[in-house]
Amino acid sequence: MPAKGVDRDLSLRLDAVRREHGDTVRVDQVAEVVRAMLDTTSGDIDAGDLRLYREIESLADYIHAAKAEIAALRPGEIKNEFIASATDELDAIVGATEAATNEIMDSAEHLESLAPMMDAQVAERLTEITTRIFEACTFQDITGQRITKVVKMLKEIEGRVENLVKAFGSEMDAPKAEKAAPTCDEHLLNGPQLPSNAADQAEIDRLLASFD
Amino acid sequence: MAVDKNMNVLIVDDYKTMLRIIRNLLKQLGFNNVDEATDGSMALQMLRVGNYGLIISDWNMEPMTGLQLLREVRADAKLKSIPFIMVTAESKSENVIAAKEAGVSNYIVKPFNAETLKTKMSSVLGDFA
Repeated sequence: MPAKGVDRDLSLRLDAVRREHGDTVRVDQVAEVVRAMLDTTSGDIDAGDLRLYREIESLADYIHAAKAEIAALRPGEIKNEFIASATDELDAIVGATEAATNEIMDSAEHLESLAPMMDAQVAERLTEITTRIFEACTFQDITGQRITKVVKMLKEIEGRVENLVKAFGSEMDAPKAEKAAPTCDEHLLNGPQLPSNAADQAEIDRLLASFD
Repeated sequence: MAVDKNMNVLIVDDYKTMLRIIRNLLKQLGFNNVDEATDGSMALQMLRVGNYGLIISDWNMEPMTGLQLLREVRADAKLKSIPFIMVTAESKSENVIAAKEAGVSNYIVKPFNAETLKTKMSSVLGDFA
């Protein structure tokens, strides 16, 4: 096939892939186009074409190796489990500190309301102490803002991992590697449960009672 | 001239906890007439119908930030002379410069204490016991 014919054919194939898949094209589709183009040039290649062929072949090998390495990282798992879990935990921290801060301030306000019942010197001291409590409670605003920033960063990472998974196709959803069997009671060490998953004391009591 | 502690103070913050903290600190400083808004646009609506002697605002809020609120206040003939204190975790010098250029009266970096709030309020309102 003359070079101009090859160029035109390549251009047509690339246009067809772009029409069908937009700008996000899977590697195996690119490989398919390259393979088809090489097939069309067989029997009609010179030394220069052969060098090009080898370069493309080594490029394809490199892409396949990179793809295998990325698949081994299981980006789908990173997105669906690790990042989702981390953001839930961080949201729970913000909720818990906010609730605790409000409890502390409720108590401080109740203490302050007792001041008029005390002699002036004690009342003044009490007001100083409650002021310190209110000042200390500003930590919640700062930690809340910092955690919100971290959550935004995690969402950004999540978006990029998602793009990676889309670009590489379903091969990225490789089955999970078997986790090593936990030693001793390691599987029971999960840390605090998220509020939506946590059992309350009444449920625990019922469970304990069910053994009686 | 003595500071009128009966003036209306508007505090603006999207964290309810922070509004509560500032309200309590203001109460301890003797300012009991305190209204709250949770973002700049809500604050602007309240400012246009109310009569406020001081605005204490956070910066980082949605949809209208504290800086946008400050610019709106300074551009409004009726509101432009109200003292405006920014209370924020944004502590970069470029933030302080932008606020100053927009006409902020004073700037408090979170976390802060009652003494800092009192000092900054005194600097814009005049000394008060």
